[in-house]
Amino acid sequence: MTAGDRIVFEDVSKFYGEVLGVNRVSLSLPPGVTTLVGPNGSGKTTLMNLMTGLVQPSSGRISVLGLTPGDPNEFFREVGYCTQFDSFPRGLTGWDFVFDSLLLHGMGSANASKLACEALERVGLMEAARRKIAGYSKGMRQKIRLAQSIAHHPQVLVLDEPLNGLDPMARAESLALFEELSRLGMHLIISSHILDEVDRISDRVVLITGGYLVAEGNIHAVRSEVRDKPMQVLIRCDRPELLASRMFTLNHCVEARLHSDGHGVFLRTTDIDEFYRLLNGIATEGLVNIEAVAPADDDTHAIYQYLIGSEGGAS
Amino acid sequence: METLRKQPWSLWWMQARCIARIEVRRNLLTWKAAWIYFLAFVPTAIIAIHALFDRSHHALTDDTNVLAGIVQFYYIRLGIFFGCLGIFSRLIRGEMIERSLHFYLLAPVRREVLLLAKFAAGVFGAVLLFGSAIVVDFAFMYASFGADGQDYMFNGPGLAQLQAYLAVVVLGCVGYGAVFLLLSMMFRNPMPAAMLVLGWEAINPVMPSLLQKISVASYLKHLMPITVPGEGLFALLTVQTDPVRGWVAATGLLLLAAVVLAYSCIRIRTIEIRYTTE
Repeated sequence: MTAGDRIVFEDVSKFYGEVLGVNRVSLSLPPGVTTLVGPNGSGKTTLMNLMTGLVQPSSGRISVLGLTPGDPNEFFREVGYCTQFDSFPRGLTGWDFVFDSLLLHGMGSANASKLACEALERVGLMEAARRKIAGYSKGMRQKIRLAQSIAHHPQVLVLDEPLNGLDPMARAESLALFEELSRLGMHLIISSHILDEVDRISDRVVLITGGYLVAEGNIHAVRSEVRDKPMQVLIRCDRPELLASRMFTLNHCVEARLHSDGHGVFLRTTDIDEFYRLLNGIATEGLVNIEAVAPADDDTHAIYQYLIGSEGGAS
Repeated sequence: METLRKQPWSLWWMQARCIARIEVRRNLLTWKAAWIYFLAFVPTAIIAIHALFDRSHHALTDDTNVLAGIVQFYYIRLGIFFGCLGIFSRLIRGEMIERSLHFYLLAPVRREVLLLAKFAAGVFGAVLLFGSAIVVDFAFMYASFGADGQDYMFNGPGLAQLQAYLAVVVLGCVGYGAVFLLLSMMFRNPMPAAMLVLGWEAINPVMPSLLQKISVASYLKHLMPITVPGEGLFALLTVQTDPVRGWVAATGLLLLAAVVLAYSCIRIRTIEIRYTTE
């Protein structure tokens, strides 16, 4: 994969006067869904604004698919940014907002009209399109921003808290849309505090706090690198109490908790490889019928809690 | 030259027209612009009231001087000055305050094209308002003289004066527009800087001739078809400069505006979206 397919940050720092935005961030993001995770003020929005040229780096270089915001004609054909700024130009209808932005791409009215319809239908806002945005609910304003950012079929979609203000149904629809766009080979960079939902579609995670990059990569790989935190595993079986007592005698097993339905047990271990080896042994003894084994804390939320959680609330 | 020819001029032109159309719709056809309509049409309302209700006899030449005074003392020094301050400050700074500038900065449009298109929209709006106000002023002023007024307009110097005043309005809007657009990018609140400009315009006549060239009003003075001498407080609003030919003054003002706009284009390249500090 070449730099022309990636979003690349090379030793990027941003200072707002004396205030640190982000410090010496280096990233190389392939296509797929990347979730930015960190507390409020950790630098997630700064990273997104840097990526799209809304702020300039104090040092370092950024390129998106080999392009830079210095050439907006090319750059913004490939990039769409759904910001979290909940404000709009005065007096516009939803239709004007999407249609006008497409005209700025140099499209003719017919083509812009077709793409505007397509985007508005995709976010389910076609019926309200002719109403003034000022009269929209928060969720509708979120959707119209999303429609505007995807209308021109960008290759890179940057989404700052895209699920804010959406009801559960709209969230599910948005996530399905993000998944679909990801399957088409797009880059999706998402910051969201609704980690459980975003986690389902994320290919990788970027953890950032206080302007510093804490961890980056595939969620499972990042979790396995956090070796100082015991890993939690859920084992579905017919005799969880027996399994718990057997496993708990091992000195690397630090916690056991029965599942609320009585058909499983959560076990925490400091040595996952040894844990699985012994579990295999118990299974072959035939004392316990093991139905399923799955890691219970290698999701974004758990990683966030382990790496950042003590420093502030999720954002 | 080859590099210039390779630029996507037709795309830029299309984008500029699109931005200008959006800006005119947003900024001119809104209640927030009501005070600028008021600024433009206050003299029109006064002239109309005089024309309709004042039955005392006036000499046509007296009223011609009154009209020249209105353009010279009101429109140039106050109406267009503050009208342009309102219109052009809104174009960039206003959008930063309303947190909507990022939509333009995220569009596939060069920032220089954005700035110049917004400027063109501002000039169009300001000229439309103040130009039409002066046309209506003329109509009310000379219609009350009946056939004499008609004769003055169409067979006398009336039409040439109207054209000269309209040229002054256009150049005034271009000059003040460029200055206020730049000031609004340099300062969060451009009002104190605008007051300094107003003060500079007032004291400019006593400055050395080189410094007089950095003044919009001093250029406009040379384009006025009739000069009304200022007395009392009006003397503060009167610019007395070395005589200059009309085309030299117009070219000088356009060059001044071009320099200011070129610097604005450089500044907009580095503008950042930091709404929390606005």
